Amino acid sequence: MKPVKRIIEKTAKGVLFTSSMVTSVTVLLVVIFLFREGIGLFNQTSVEKHLVIAVNSANRVSALSSTEVKSIFNQDITNWKEVGGDDIEIAPKTIDDMASLFTEEELGEGFKNLAILIEKYVEENPGVIASIPESYLKKEFKGKLIPLKKISVREFLTGTEWIPTAHPAAVFGAWPLILGTLWVSLGAILLALPIGLITAIYMAEVAGQRLRNILKPVIELLSGIPSVVYGFFGLVVLVPLIQKLFKLDVGETALAGSIVLAIMALPTIITIAEDAIRTTPRALKEASLALGASHFQTLLKVTIPYAKSGIIAAIILGIGRAVGETMAVLMVTGNASVVPHTFLEPVRTIPATIAAELGEAPFGGTHFKALFALGIILFIMTFIFNTLVSTVKTRKP
Amino acid sequence: MTRKQLKQIIAFNFFRLVSLMVVCILFIILGFIMLKGIKVINWEFLTAMPKDGMTGGGIFPAIVGTLCLIAGSMIFAFPIGVMSAIYMNEYLKESFLKKFIRTMTNNLAGIPSIVFGLFGMALFVNTLKFGDSIIAGSLTLGLMVLPVIIRTTEEALKSVDDSLRIGSYALGATRLQTISKVVIPVAMPNILTGLILSIGRVSGETAPILFTVAAYFLPKLPSGIFDQVMALPYHLYVLTTSGTNMEQARPMAYGTAFVLIMIVLILNLLANLIRRIAGKKTKMN
Repeated sequence: MKPVKRIIEKTAKGVLFTSSMVTSVTVLLVVIFLFREGIGLFNQTSVEKHLVIAVNSANRVSALSSTEVKSIFNQDITNWKEVGGDDIEIAPKTIDDMASLFTEEELGEGFKNLAILIEKYVEENPGVIASIPESYLKKEFKGKLIPLKKISVREFLTGTEWIPTAHPAAVFGAWPLILGTLWVSLGAILLALPIGLITAIYMAEVAGQRLRNILKPVIELLSGIPSVVYGFFGLVVLVPLIQKLFKLDVGETALAGSIVLAIMALPTIITIAEDAIRTTPRALKEASLALGASHFQTLLKVTIPYAKSGIIAAIILGIGRAVGETMAVLMVTGNASVVPHTFLEPVRTIPATIAAELGEAPFGGTHFKALFALGIILFIMTFIFNTLVSTVKTRKP
Repeated sequence: MTRKQLKQIIAFNFFRLVSLMVVCILFIILGFIMLKGIKVINWEFLTAMPKDGMTGGGIFPAIVGTLCLIAGSMIFAFPIGVMSAIYMNEYLKESFLKKFIRTMTNNLAGIPSIVFGLFGMALFVNTLKFGDSIIAGSLTLGLMVLPVIIRTTEEALKSVDDSLRIGSYALGATRLQTISKVVIPVAMPNILTGLILSIGRVSGETAPILFTVAAYFLPKLPSGIFDQVMALPYHLYVLTTSGTNMEQARPMAYGTAFVLIMIVLILNLLANLIRRIAGKKTKMN
């Protein structure tokens, strides 16, 4: 080979190799960027920036978590002994509450006396807890500033409330969102599985060429329709239907989400299950038929058991699709971040939360980071599903 | 008739019924949107700017925006995807590296679209400082469809008969010559089918462009790759969920959904056509 040719061959190979690395590098970058932003959540508190939490200097409480601060200001916690202090009733005061305690004269021009008044008030009331902007804090403040605990992973995963705009401390409990995601996805799979499997079996084993020629493009089209169109269809057709059928106040429910997702998961389930069923060797089927079994018996006793692992892969992949689906779910589930109890309630999924809130979350803030942390949960969920699929698929029957 | 046969007849008819139900679902969705949408479609709707708080006018900037995103993502993802598939299929033997690349590609394919949105925002918009722009959106979408392109191209290359390769080598061609003169021309129709399918995917995705490019309302055309654009799927989302007068915007939403559906239909038709023509050609050979 001429040297020029050799160089060209080598260069081409290098370029091709580099391109083939793009997917791996992308996966790596996705992980890095998700974690870089998301992990930051556990390094801070969710109390608004520039706010300090002040209590009476005699208060024995050493530190409060963000959730506790929120519960106190919500008056879910009303006594200091609940958070490890003395048996004194808690009097939560925001800066507005504080200002309204005093007359305009006392406050002086431009609230110039407010800092002094706050200090005095905090010192005179043993049960008080005040959230005040740092700028209204007197130098050498005599009260005690309570240190705030950082958001813990456990608090984030198991917290049952997601209120990113709560004042003075936002709450980021992902539990209702995780549950919402699982509910909607499992509902979808329960609906899609029987239909999908039967269609796959029918296409692979029973249908004649003519019907197959209709079904194949139908399924391709179903998988090609954009999710936002499914969401739109769900919103204008399914949601009113569900509302009327079950006599609900709102039709945007987990059920609506599950139905839309089920339709969207059908092509995935059908294609993969059909491929799996087709891999059953002809010899096995013919042996069964030769023994006098009917076509249907062969299907149930030979073909399906043989294709079991492929069918399981189809199911898992279907769930994986459903878990990550964003727009359609966002449009039809009503997005109430509460722990779901029935399928006829609004729910909110992780992808829908990210899509709905990221636009409003200030860049780099706690809320922003919390949404990336949700992204991590989602990523891990789908990663697990993918790994499961490849282990199931490589297992020999 | 034995019980066995009766059982089979009942079961198979039930199977057929369920399969036809799937067909019905598709036709109901398509039919509904087309019937409602076709009334809105006219020349003005396709070529005018939106006006009156998006309850009137047209969707021209959204169409242009989506075309920009298709072009932008394909310019970058198509060559990389095809080259990646060529490397995997033509250069690598079954090895750790091949398994690794395949696993990573599968993982990339499994990442939910909203996570791509987060990633695109963190990397392209914030870290590389592209801002909300066509280039940020295109790169995000391109990375997302990369696995689709790789997979379809690999299938296309696999279906090329090995005897063709061996024949080419026997004539003294190098590996690169064999790939570019023999393998790719034969696999081209199937590679193009993959390209068309990924265009369909790109034109309909909303979640990845939410935070990387999509503009809520921007009645002008982009002048460069660092501009924001409106896009059809996001426009449909906005029209249905967050407009100020959603009832009056409903017809516009039906029209937008109609255009999206038509894009998908036409692309699918095109892909099938190419497949059929290619199929005939190989038969003739």
